[in-house]
Amino acid sequence: MSFPVILFFICAAMAVLGAILLIVAREPIHSALSLILVMVSLAILYLLLGAEFIAAVQIIVYAGAIMVLFVFVIMLLNAGVEERTSWSKMAKYAGMPLAIFLLLEIAHWVWRASVGAKVANGAGAAQAAFSTHDLAMALFQQYLFPFEATSILILIAILGALVLAKRSE
Amino acid sequence: MVPISYYLVLSGVLFGLGVIAFIFKRNIITIFMAIELMLNAVNLAFVAFARARNQLDGLVFVFFVIVVAAAEAAVGLAIVIIISQNRRSLNVEDVNLLKF
Repeated sequence: MSFPVILFFICAAMAVLGAILLIVAREPIHSALSLILVMVSLAILYLLLGAEFIAAVQIIVYAGAIMVLFVFVIMLLNAGVEERTSWSKMAKYAGMPLAIFLLLEIAHWVWRASVGAKVANGAGAAQAAFSTHDLAMALFQQYLFPFEATSILILIAILGALVLAKRSE
Repeated sequence: MVPISYYLVLSGVLFGLGVIAFIFKRNIITIFMAIELMLNAVNLAFVAFARARNQLDGLVFVFFVIVVAAAEAAVGLAIVIIISQNRRSLNVEDVNLLKF
């Protein structure tokens, strides 16, 4: 096995471990810390895929900003141990079969897609990393309108958060 | 090179774990984190496909997904704070006004 494959398996194991810890943990702060583990290992996987800019944004925005917001709210609300309640009948008889069906369906389509992706992968096996320059060119030329639309989305989100915070007084 | 299918399988596994966390957890903040986990799994699939087809568009979509996730986290956590102030609880079982 070459070095990228070994690195992939280490990071994949870390990501899956973090996701399982998120489910198992009783305290919300433990869940938040394990989610940060998932995000950091995904950032390493993005580097492995050659997406340097996305890896940096993943660390700065996800692990930096969003998770700090989560941890801040957990501390602010003094969230303690989560209490376990019995499942509702709806979850037991409708939710679980549907969840298992969804997982099987995802597995099926991933299997189908990976058969097709192997062909595409063989064409350009050794590619250079995506350059940030090209990404910026695509973002500010081809995708300029969606980019400006997201700025309005962010503005609305700021206003919404302000209104929600104000009303509570 | 790592085959693209490995990334897709990892993405599917992470998304499934996110769905399981979304169903099983009772704390409203943890359910929110499960949504973020699912968004991350989808981002991984986007980047893997961008690499497989050697096109930049997947990365642009990942950028937009991250922006939307940030906006969603800001508004959602404000709603969580309001709920905890009104209900004195973070358990989703206590927020049952629309449940029949």
